[in-house]
Amino acid sequence: MIRINCPFCGERDHTEFSYGGDASIVYPELDASMEEWHDAIFMRENIQGMQSETWHHANGCRMWLVVERSTMTHEIQSVRPAHEGNAAVLSKSGSGGEQ
Amino acid sequence: MSAKRLSQGGRIDRDQRIKFTWDGSSMTGYAGDTLASALMANGETVLGRSFKYHRPRGIMSAGVEESGAMVTVGQGSRRDPNVKATMQELYSGLAASGQNAWPSVRFDVGAVNGLFGRFFSAGFYYKTFMGLPPMEWGSGTGLWMKYESIIRKAAGMGVASREADPDVYDHAHGYCDVLVVGSGPAGLSAALTAAKAGLDVLLVEQDCELGGDYLNLADDASAKKRKDLIAKLEKAGARIMTRTTAFGLYDFGTAGLLERVTDHIASPDKHLPRHRFWTVRARQTILATGALERQVAFGNNDRPGVMNVAAGRSYLNRYAVLPGQDIVVATNNDSAYATAAELANAGATVSLLDARTVISESMMSLVGNSGVNLHTRSAPLNVRGSHGVNGLDFAVASSNGWSAQGSESCDLVLVSGGWSPVVHLLSHRGIRPVWNAEQACFVGPDEVNEPIYMAGSAAAVWNTDDCLTSGESAATKAIKALGGKTRQKAAPVAGGWESPIEPLYEVTVPDRQLKSFVDPQHDVTTEDVRLAHREGFVSVEHLKRYTTLGMATDGGKVGNIIGLALMADAQGKEIPEIGTTTFRPPYTPISIGALKGRNVDGHFRPLRRTPMHVWNLDHGGTMTMAGLWHRPWYFARKGEGISEAYVRETETTRRTVGLCDVTSLGKISIQGPDATEFLNRIYTNAFAKLPIGKARYGIMLRDDGIVMDDGTTWRLSETDYFMTTTTAHAGKVMVFLEELLQTRWQDLRVHVTSVSEQWAGSAVAGPKSREVLEACVEDPAVMSNEAFPFMGVINTTLKGGIPCRIARISFSGEMAFEVYVPSDYASALMDLLWGVAEPLDGCLYGLEALGAMRIEKGHVTGAELDGRVTIDDAGLGKMASPAKSFIGSAMRDRPELMREDRPRLVGIKPKDTSQTFNAGSILCAEDKVSGLGEGWITAVTHSPALGHWIGLGFISSGYEAWEGKTVIAADPVRKGNIEVEIISPHMYDPSGERMYG
Repeated sequence: MIRINCPFCGERDHTEFSYGGDASIVYPELDASMEEWHDAIFMRENIQGMQSETWHHANGCRMWLVVERSTMTHEIQSVRPAHEGNAAVLSKSGSGGEQ
Repeated sequence: MSAKRLSQGGRIDRDQRIKFTWDGSSMTGYAGDTLASALMANGETVLGRSFKYHRPRGIMSAGVEESGAMVTVGQGSRRDPNVKATMQELYSGLAASGQNAWPSVRFDVGAVNGLFGRFFSAGFYYKTFMGLPPMEWGSGTGLWMKYESIIRKAAGMGVASREADPDVYDHAHGYCDVLVVGSGPAGLSAALTAAKAGLDVLLVEQDCELGGDYLNLADDASAKKRKDLIAKLEKAGARIMTRTTAFGLYDFGTAGLLERVTDHIASPDKHLPRHRFWTVRARQTILATGALERQVAFGNNDRPGVMNVAAGRSYLNRYAVLPGQDIVVATNNDSAYATAAELANAGATVSLLDARTVISESMMSLVGNSGVNLHTRSAPLNVRGSHGVNGLDFAVASSNGWSAQGSESCDLVLVSGGWSPVVHLLSHRGIRPVWNAEQACFVGPDEVNEPIYMAGSAAAVWNTDDCLTSGESAATKAIKALGGKTRQKAAPVAGGWESPIEPLYEVTVPDRQLKSFVDPQHDVTTEDVRLAHREGFVSVEHLKRYTTLGMATDGGKVGNIIGLALMADAQGKEIPEIGTTTFRPPYTPISIGALKGRNVDGHFRPLRRTPMHVWNLDHGGTMTMAGLWHRPWYFARKGEGISEAYVRETETTRRTVGLCDVTSLGKISIQGPDATEFLNRIYTNAFAKLPIGKARYGIMLRDDGIVMDDGTTWRLSETDYFMTTTTAHAGKVMVFLEELLQTRWQDLRVHVTSVSEQWAGSAVAGPKSREVLEACVEDPAVMSNEAFPFMGVINTTLKGGIPCRIARISFSGEMAFEVYVPSDYASALMDLLWGVAEPLDGCLYGLEALGAMRIEKGHVTGAELDGRVTIDDAGLGKMASPAKSFIGSAMRDRPELMREDRPRLVGIKPKDTSQTFNAGSILCAEDKVSGLGEGWITAVTHSPALGHWIGLGFISSGYEAWEGKTVIAADPVRKGNIEVEIISPHMYDPSGERMYG
């Protein structure tokens, strides 16, 4: 059981979350070429080690999070809101979620 | 083996006699007995038959590693096979029986297998039956399956009940600072140290009593120490769970526990679950899981009456059963000496064979004072006796191995081949144990990258007092890791015996064939291991799978080390070079019932009911499952079945008016200054200019250009939209919208909220639908065709002051409205609508009629939008705006998706209109009914409007390509093949006059 420290809700079982995908993907503009979209959708690195990935707190606050997780050990290095505005508000209020 | 119950001593309660049955015979034991100790006291020796050879088997241990006394407990629906008699507490009325034997474990016809032992060696099944000539021309597994079923009957274990499990099981969750597994000296002291430091401690013990090895010790000082520790522990506030096995360790300190709540109770409270499956999240974990005593491979070492030494001690001191009269104890380490002395003091004649040469003075005097006959440099070679032990042939160490040296009559052989620390839970974490050559065992590595600490004999610390220190030391590490203040206590080093152990795995002499078992539970012998080596299965993982060594229910607790040692020997290597297999959960078997918990029957998955559920039932609705939802299927009137009901509902709706619960549609509120821009990006069609008070049908694609979902979106104000999705995809769409707004398009000022539960809805469809609503709204003027045109949206009030929103949209192809009210008004809404619709000769309709009408119209649902279909395939290409970019617009142009001959949505009718056909049939060209065909059928209904059966489906190039041709709807395993015609999917009122009128 992976435990994810949601910045909004605190530490929770991974069963409350659903896995999104590679958080490093920058999706192209809607009017970008088929080749750019192809690369964004289908081309993935199979990372051994720390990976930045999105998780959705589906059975919690419904927030999308960016989680740095080791694909080898499940060790989690950091968790932050995917939305930069939310992340900024959290860091300003000095709260990283209840510990 | 001639065991007898002692008149005093032990932990049994002689005042509580317990009656039980074994293979139908009545027997008596005492409270505190296990089934094994009670059977032993009753003189039973043969308790089981082995897996392959049907050899007689008896009690081999006193714990979880038991491989001989595997029995069936309970009867009827509560029959539980493969129960270890050593772990089953005795209760009044317990009914146990032998298994894998006919007619009984004493006289077993299957034992003839043993005569053909050499045919049943490792790999026998594969080599013999899979290679037989019929296999070559049989070109399949048919014959192998036949052989296999015969083999399975001959081999195997107990048989599970075929009846439904009558018991209830629970899931539970827990948290703690420190989880301590095992309550022996190390576990008790660890838990006490941590609890005294103010930590929240959970101590779990698989046994029914706390104490671990303390329970097997006879001396008063140990009993006092145990009592004292437990009292202090309770005072310190530790939480204690007995009859609870930590069966697995998982990521982030998660442990799986199985609590056996009622397995020891004669007639449990019916409200109690049988087992509880606990998921515990621990910040620190201390494994004081003890060690298991190893066997040694020698001839007939599986005979009833061959046990490990610790078991002999346990039966003597804990259960007050002297397990034999003439006992040979064989060892290669100090741990057997105390037991040998205690057995002799209890009145048995005891010989002690020690494989070692050098033995300490104190050990010698310990056994010498008790009259034990000590033979050094000696080991057991072969057991005599067919159903028990009559005698033992000895071997003595010679210059090049062992040589035979006489024999002695005896009735019990106790063996200690050393001790294996229980590192299983550590291994579950992917942490490889390391070989400690001095102690001849695997132990946990010094550095573990997780907050897990080994303590006591699980860390190869053999002395009881050292184990106390070891537990304390582990606890101080945990306290420190949690930020507590404590003085770090040094851990004792591994070991503790006065003279070192001398590794002993197999005793064999030249020119003598012996049947020596490595893994008795799966009948794996020393010869099987050597055969595997000769045939090239030299890696431990291959050895395991080829011989099935370690794959029985004990998971290799007994045989693994001997197997590794023999393989190392065959390869001329050391054990650490061979490695070890990975132990995986569960440590001991757990019931399937515990895994499923309460998620059975109606609780197998969540059930969603609409707020109109009761109203629907009260009005004759029959329900069906639509995803997680219970939705009305049809509303049968007197004398009607489903076929009559839905045809009438369809016909009535098209003639007058019908009402249908559509609450399960997904509903999402989309609000904010950029809501319009957001919708314009996610829908394929233009949303930028949707006026306030209008709804629009929209299609969403996935990033890869395939259709994701469809639905209508209503514009309520400048910045407020109400989106409906299909029932099936409501969750998926919501997640996708959230992802887009929170990750890709963070600049859009839009908020999405699921309001599916907040709004209840009914479709009002049919020529008289407006008439019904006019009578229901407070101001009928809002319902006029001019005020409320097709795709119009109004916010208004129903009679009785019910707030509502209505859109004029149609799934049925009739003039129709969807009316939504806050969920609490659901019944009031239906009462109001039905009060008007019923006198107008209207009807209530369910999913079946809804399906019939949408098939007639060629409207797609989840059956068609199955994740493979493009917007063009569905015939909706004109809904994709060429003037803008949207999600999926780039990828939908992929060449493969633009091919002209892709399967397209079509209508289907039988050539002979009296015929029916099935959804799921494959559409094939008339002259080529084979392979993948040309398409498939997704939905079928009887169309009252057309008077025959129709369907929707997909076929290559669309209906124009198949006009005038006969197509076969192939359904070989159900209905057979039917000739059909391919037509336009718009089968009823294609111009839509009824809808707009």
